[in-house]
Amino acid sequence: MLGGVAAGLADHLGVDVMLVRVAFVLTALLGGFGAAMYAGLWMILPSDARFQSDTPGLEAATRLGKRPSRASRLEDGGWLVALGAVALGVVVLAQSLVGSGFVFWPVLLGAVGLAVLWRQADEAQRERWADTTGRIDPVRAVLGRGGPASYARLAAGVLLLGGALVLFAVQTGQAGVARDVVFAGVLGVVGLALTVGPWLFRLAADLTEERAARVRSQERADVAAHLHDSVLQTLALIQKHAEDGRTVARLARAQERDLRAWLYADSAATDTSLAGALRSAAAEVEDGHGVAVEVVTVGDVALAEETRPVVLAAREAMVNAAKHSGADKVDVYVEAATDRVEVFVRDRGGGFDPEVVPQDRLGVRRSIIDRMQRHGGAATVRSTPGEGTEVRLSMPLPRSTEENR
Amino acid sequence: MNAHAARRVVIVDDHAMFRTGVRAEIASAVDVVGEAADVDEAVGVINAARPDVVLLDVHLPGGGGVEVMRRVSQRVPETRFLALSVSDAAEDVIGTIRGGARGYVTKSITGPELVAAIDRVADGDAVFSPRLAGFVLDAFAGTIEVAQVDEDLDRLTEREREVMRLIARGYAYKEVAAELFISIKTVETHVSSVLRKLQLSSRHELTRWASDRRLL
Repeated sequence: MLGGVAAGLADHLGVDVMLVRVAFVLTALLGGFGAAMYAGLWMILPSDARFQSDTPGLEAATRLGKRPSRASRLEDGGWLVALGAVALGVVVLAQSLVGSGFVFWPVLLGAVGLAVLWRQADEAQRERWADTTGRIDPVRAVLGRGGPASYARLAAGVLLLGGALVLFAVQTGQAGVARDVVFAGVLGVVGLALTVGPWLFRLAADLTEERAARVRSQERADVAAHLHDSVLQTLALIQKHAEDGRTVARLARAQERDLRAWLYADSAATDTSLAGALRSAAAEVEDGHGVAVEVVTVGDVALAEETRPVVLAAREAMVNAAKHSGADKVDVYVEAATDRVEVFVRDRGGGFDPEVVPQDRLGVRRSIIDRMQRHGGAATVRSTPGEGTEVRLSMPLPRSTEENR
Repeated sequence: MNAHAARRVVIVDDHAMFRTGVRAEIASAVDVVGEAADVDEAVGVINAARPDVVLLDVHLPGGGGVEVMRRVSQRVPETRFLALSVSDAAEDVIGTIRGGARGYVTKSITGPELVAAIDRVADGDAVFSPRLAGFVLDAFAGTIEVAQVDEDLDRLTEREREVMRLIARGYAYKEVAAELFISIKTVETHVSSVLRKLQLSSRHELTRWASDRRLL
C-alpha cells in the first residue's frame, strides 16, 4: 500500500497479496534485498490504470464522469505491514551496504525522503488520469492538484533528503572541505536523478498513452469523414436519380463495395497480388457498365510477369460479359495454386455461337485468346445461345513464383 | 416445389427495416411466423414458434447468430438455420456454418433465390453461395493429391471438389448437375457432405486456416 507494488505483483501473479507482502518482508529482513526490489519495481512498474481497458462506450462514459469511479479500499490494513517491512528492509539494507556507523543515518533519511517523493509522483500521476483537459502542465505533473498533502509530501521528501546530506556533511565535517563539496555534489546529482527519474519515466509513459489516445480519436474522426464523403454523397446522388433504377443500383453497388472493403478489409493489395488486381478490375467494370461482378478467389499469388496478362484478359472478358451479354451479374472465380492460375468469367446472358463471331469482332479473339497464348497460357470460350457464356483462362506458373498466401 | 405446406419461417435481424424488406419479399411464398431483433428475443421466438427455417443474421446483439443456434439447438432440433449476412468475412462465414447453419447467403440475394434457399434448407440440404464454396476450397486446399485415407472427414473427395469449384464459378445446382452428368439429388448429397465435413472436421489445415483468420 506504500506504492501498491505488492498488490500489483499479487494481481499479476494471481496469488494472495498477503503472501507477496510476507515475501517482501522476509527478503527485506534477509539482507535487505526485498526492500531494494520493492523500490526498483515501484520505480519501473506502470500504475494499474494502464491495464484496465473497458469497452469504448464505458470508457467514454467514464471519461465524461457518467460512471462512479472505483472505490478506494483503505480498509485494507496490509499497508501497515508493508510500510513496516519496507522501513525495516531499508534499515537492514542500509546497514549491510554501508555498515553501521557514521553514514548509516544519512542514508536512511535519504531513502525515506525518496520514498515520500516517489509517493507524490504516484499521486500526481493518478490525478492526471482524472484530468479531462488533456494537457500536460509541468507543475501539475509534479504536484498533482496541489493541496496541502502534496506540498507536505514534497517538502518532507526534500527535507529528508536535505537532512541526509547535511547530516552526512556534519558527520564527515572533520575531513577536508573539498572532499565534502565533491561528495555533496555527487550526492546532489544522484539524489536529483533518483528524485526526478521516476517522474520522467512516468511522464514519458503518459505521453505515449496520450499520443495513442489522440491517434484513436483521429481515427474516429476519419470514420466520420469517410461516412460523410462517401455514403452521404451516394445517398444524395441516389435521391437525384430516384427514377433511374439502373443508376441507383450502380451507385448503391459501388457504395456497398466501398464500405465492404473498408469494414471487412479484404487486405489483398491491388498492385501486388493477383486477387487484388482482379478485384479492382472487377470494380472498374462494375462502375463502368453498371453490372454486378462477383469475384470469388481461392488462394493468391504475387502479381508478376506471368500473371499480368491473365488480369488483362480477365478484365476484357468481364467487359465483354457486361457489355454484350445483357446479364445483370457476372461471376468471376479465381483459383491460384503454386503451379497454375485459373480464372473463370461467367455470365447468364444471351450467349452467342463462338463459331459465327464475325472476324472484325476483335475483343474476344485478340485481347483474350491471343493474349493468353502469347504468354504461354490458354483461353477457351464456351457459350450457348440463351444460356450464357463462360470464359476460362489458365496460365501455368514457373515453380519459382513465390506463393503469396 | 409447392406441393408441401408453406414453410414456417422466423426472421432474426437487428435491423427492423431489413426484416420488413425480407418479409415483404418472401411473404407470398412462405409463412413468416415471427421476427426477433436480438439473441434473447430470437431464442424466445424460436422456442415458441418452432419454425422450419430461421433466417439468421450473423451479427446480432447479445452474442451473434452462433449464440442463438447454441442456445436453441437442443430444444428445437428440427429447426434449420440459414445464415443471412452482409459480412463476407471468412471467419463469419465459416464460424456460422460450424455453429450449425445449413447455408449462408448474403443479404443482396433476390427474393425468389431466397425462397429457393429456404426450401432447400428446410428439406435438409445445404445452401452454398459461390463465396462460401470459395472459402471451403481455400480451407480444404491441397488435399486431393493425398492418396491415403486417414480421416474421411478431413478431406474433400475429387467429386466434392469439382462440385465446389463449379458452385464457386457461379453455377446453380441444376447447372452443376448438367455439367457433371449427375442428378441434382447427387449434387445436393455432395454439398451436404461437404457441409458436414466443414462442421465436423478437426482437420489440421482447416484449424490453421481458420486461426489465420482469427476464428478459433
